[in-house]
Amino acid sequence: MTAATKTPRYYPAEDAKPAKKVHLVKQNPPRIRKSITPGTVVIILAGRFRGKRVVCLKLLESGLLLVSGPYKINGVPLRRVNPAYVIATSTKIDVSQVDVSSITDEFFSRDKDEKKEGEQEFFAGDAPKPAVVSEQRKAEQKKVDDVLLKIVGSTEMLEGYLAARFTLSSNDKPHNMKF
Amino acid sequence: MPFQRFMEVGRIVLINYGPEAGKLATVIDVVDQNKCLIDGPQTGRQVISFTRIALTDLTVKIQRNARPKTLAKAWEEAGTLAAWEKSSWAKKLIAKKKRASLNDFDRFKVMVARKQKREIIEKKMKELA
Repeated sequence: MTAATKTPRYYPAEDAKPAKKVHLVKQNPPRIRKSITPGTVVIILAGRFRGKRVVCLKLLESGLLLVSGPYKINGVPLRRVNPAYVIATSTKIDVSQVDVSSITDEFFSRDKDEKKEGEQEFFAGDAPKPAVVSEQRKAEQKKVDDVLLKIVGSTEMLEGYLAARFTLSSNDKPHNMKF
Repeated sequence: MPFQRFMEVGRIVLINYGPEAGKLATVIDVVDQNKCLIDGPQTGRQVISFTRIALTDLTVKIQRNARPKTLAKAWEEAGTLAAWEKSSWAKKLIAKKKRASLNDFDRFKVMVARKQKREIIEKKMKELA
């Protein structure tokens, strides 16, 4: 103990631990099987739109697929779909002209300011609330589908194909079927 | 009804199983109760089991153990390949292969075509009834 460095009157009860090395986790871009590319017609296997054949538009950052019916053909809007629940067919259409660059995962995030604790709503019970589709979604849907419908219309029978649902019947062996 | 297709020298057979499956060959000699020697323009000369081949209606006139060149000439003269392609057996094999290779869109188009055919037939049947 020298005069220059006197023991301080206060020191913390525990030794200060050296700052931990922050291990920066590197997020790789999501990977997807080779058969799914933008423009592939894809069969949705689960969820509200099971059996529907839709057009895959792009792979989002979260790893989900952005998909559109087109809405006028089969009622599937711009939607995210898990590629694990999807069969990729070998039918591909050219969607390079379709602009989906502004649609990301944030486009689909839910509004946080939904206060549901009003007394009236509490007593009303679980009556189904009418779905409200935002104007933004409608605008984007129209923008995407206007181009998509033209592309789909140029191939014969493709519109009818997308309108029909995929089903299995007797004698169908899905493990032998080529998609 | 007596047998029509015999295991004999010159009988054209279709190979059903093995690396040469789907090819035609001619029986040029019989080895024993279970095997024969085959040869042909599509396959090489080999001994093959009866269980791997199917007899067809076609034959060619050759002698036992005919050489490959003689065999090829005999095929030409008999028009074997053309006669085979004309047969409904060969056509069915091609159709089966095509059906297995259809993709989902193709299957949809087939369904629509069958529906249209059905509608035409039913309409006509109604008129005739």
